[in-house]
Amino acid sequence: MKHKPETRLFFLDPPEVFKIRYFLYFEKKISMDNTTEIEEEAMLPDIASMLTTCVSERGNLIPILQMIQERHHYLSPGALQMVAKHLEISSSEVYGVATFYNQFRFYPPGKHQIKVCLGTACHVKGGDIILENFERKLEIKAGETTPDREFSIDRVACVGCCALAPVAIVDDTVNGHMAPSKVEGLILGFDIEKEREKREARQGESKE
Amino acid sequence: MNQKSKEKSKELFASIKVDAERRFREMQGDRSQNIFIGMATCGLASGAADVKAAFEEALLQEGISARIIPVGCLGHCYAEPLVIIDRPGFPPILYHDVTPGKAKLLVKAFLEEDDPVFEHVLGAMEENDLIPWIMQFPRFNQEKRVVMAGSGLLDPEDIYQYIAKGGYSALVKALTLEPEEIIHEIQDSGLRGRGGAGFLTDVKWQLVRDAKEKDKIVICNADEGDPGAYMDRTILESNPHQVIEGIAISAYAVGAEKAIVYVRAEYPLAVKTTATALEQAREIGLLGSGILGTDFDFDIAIFQGSGAFVCGEETALIQSIEGKRGMPQPRPPYPAQRGLWGRPTVVNNVKTLASIPPILNNGAQWYRGIGTDRSPGTAIFSVVGNVVHAGLVEIPMGVTLRTLIFEICGGIPNKRNFKAVQIGGPSGGCLPESFLDTPIDFDSLTQAGAMMGSGGMVVMDEDACMVDVARYFLDFTQKESCGKCTFCRIGTRHLLDILERITRGEGREGDIELLEDLSLDIKGGSLCGLGKTAPNPVLTTIQYFRDEYEAHIRERRCPAMMCRTLTAYYIDLDKCARGCDACVGSCPTESIFTTKNRKKGIDQTLCVKCGECVASCPPEYDAVRKVSPPELAPKIERPQEG
Repeated sequence: MKHKPETRLFFLDPPEVFKIRYFLYFEKKISMDNTTEIEEEAMLPDIASMLTTCVSERGNLIPILQMIQERHHYLSPGALQMVAKHLEISSSEVYGVATFYNQFRFYPPGKHQIKVCLGTACHVKGGDIILENFERKLEIKAGETTPDREFSIDRVACVGCCALAPVAIVDDTVNGHMAPSKVEGLILGFDIEKEREKREARQGESKE
Repeated sequence: MNQKSKEKSKELFASIKVDAERRFREMQGDRSQNIFIGMATCGLASGAADVKAAFEEALLQEGISARIIPVGCLGHCYAEPLVIIDRPGFPPILYHDVTPGKAKLLVKAFLEEDDPVFEHVLGAMEENDLIPWIMQFPRFNQEKRVVMAGSGLLDPEDIYQYIAKGGYSALVKALTLEPEEIIHEIQDSGLRGRGGAGFLTDVKWQLVRDAKEKDKIVICNADEGDPGAYMDRTILESNPHQVIEGIAISAYAVGAEKAIVYVRAEYPLAVKTTATALEQAREIGLLGSGILGTDFDFDIAIFQGSGAFVCGEETALIQSIEGKRGMPQPRPPYPAQRGLWGRPTVVNNVKTLASIPPILNNGAQWYRGIGTDRSPGTAIFSVVGNVVHAGLVEIPMGVTLRTLIFEICGGIPNKRNFKAVQIGGPSGGCLPESFLDTPIDFDSLTQAGAMMGSGGMVVMDEDACMVDVARYFLDFTQKESCGKCTFCRIGTRHLLDILERITRGEGREGDIELLEDLSLDIKGGSLCGLGKTAPNPVLTTIQYFRDEYEAHIRERRCPAMMCRTLTAYYIDLDKCARGCDACVGSCPTESIFTTKNRKKGIDQTLCVKCGECVASCPPEYDAVRKVSPPELAPKIERPQEG
């Protein structure tokens, strides 16, 4: 099931949005609490102040969207509406442009972003097997985020280190010559790290 | 421009050059030692940043003074990270596959104890008695570097290095010529656009030059979308000034005052180096108002493309800069007549623009001397896939595919046989072994059914399934189709559906003919290059590898054993040691089991065919086998739990 949850919510009224979010929770696609809404709400004043520095010109649309995404990692429905208002064009237009390009995402990414290269060289050397391994291990599909917002998986077309194929980028580190066992190793590494953090936090508490 | 201002601009540049040369000499001074580290994206991916840190640490520890200079990419991706150490008393030495450990070793052994550590040397950059010169190796001496001449040897973030090595002199020369003279020179050189189609550059320029409207625009197209080509990125990361110089000359020739570099946002390093380069050029007056004291005002802006393959098409690219969906427009009007914001616009590829300064410096006849009669100059390919020396290769046009793949790039690794080469990315085609003697130029490749395209070249050995390769490219173009033309939008979807069916073993009689018919319709019914060329991978694979399609459809068998629904793994019990369990431990889905008498079996319903068991089986047993069709795998019952 290919979910890009937030993309759908854009045209709907708030009650509808709530219903769908609730549904997605039961589908284990997003977490139940309304952290996403609160976060998105908090973004808006910042986006508003960013927009004041931009000339209201149609040609600025893509640079503005890029700027917002760079700062907040994704484009929330509210942000898109704000951009539309600023440029005095309909929000469907903004949405149409934003969804046309691969760069823009409409839902929060995970804490650890995993990008699997599916360029030609990586395909020939089995990049899709690597992607499948990540998907199976994390129980999400490419383009999704785990419910606990720890990981997200994306497919990218050629990161330009074809000699290292197959390649996966995890948090800006390029991992060359990937193999299914390396996938397990990487995720195990993150799990151990998280355990350690938890343990240290617990120890810190008990000392106090 | 009058004689006086010409003289003035020459003088101004002469003073800049003197300054640059002084700085360069200081850097190369008698006693100084320089360590050049290739730090373009490919180098960084291989760990160049760690290597740099290791060098810094080791130098500090040993108390040796040496300058570390981050440079661009030499194009030898198979040997990254590459490091050149230049110190007095030795020729500049190129080291390959440098790790942080090797970096420390080099500092101690070479910089301190004068031992060049021969086992890690790739070659010397100059002819000498001590170490073989790199030009004696086929990977280097068959290349002809025009566009990539400075790549990997210059610091891309230091404009003075480029100037000291002769950079920007072509711009100065151009400013002393009349615009028509420059266009004439380009016409004589026979330069054809490097974006893929091979349109004559001078014709494009002349059209814009002749247009009566003001505010003409030059666009440098660095929207490299092909998922297997990265030369434009490497050029911008390694030597952005050569591109900027080319843009400035083309703007002067066509009479433009504004240029835009359209570079993919996915290339953050290329964006950064280009921005820095523009800043530096502005600082010393090579961009901005009144360049070098002339009345030529000109500046360049960067536009970051947001990742759409179709935006490599010029009309779609223009739409994208205007803030719209990047959908191609019908031509005419051509961008040269009515382009960005309705103004006459030249759209040139990075490689085309980077070829301009060498042409002006060395003359049109020199350029004509390289390559073939109808395709002069050089071509850059990113040769990847199953090839020993993968990387970027700049060769004169007319070199045969055989020379490129087997001599320059070292052939196929692991003693496998060559099967096909895919040229030109999703728009190109797959050529079989019988075409290896085809010379590489615009026309021969098009005749063979492939095309120059983006310059991506993927070499495939016997393990590549051609039906799957066609499916892969269709999957890509289908996703990237902008949806404007019905044939492209829906036709590619159907092509993909049929191909997916065939690779799943559900092909039907007549599918091949259907694919061919549909392909021709898509070619005829599409507006832009994406749709017109999207069926090429399908058509060429059917033409040259029809038997593979037939095996998939009639025998439900994948001859290359790549299509996963049509293959199965099993463990050859005659070879298996039975005691080792390496495969059982390696399987990510726990599909391998052991029976009571230590027989190993694979549960085919759980197996994802990742090949991990093949890799983990010790080579002395080599017991994991792959078969197609999957029914051939012997069946072993899984023992009941408990």
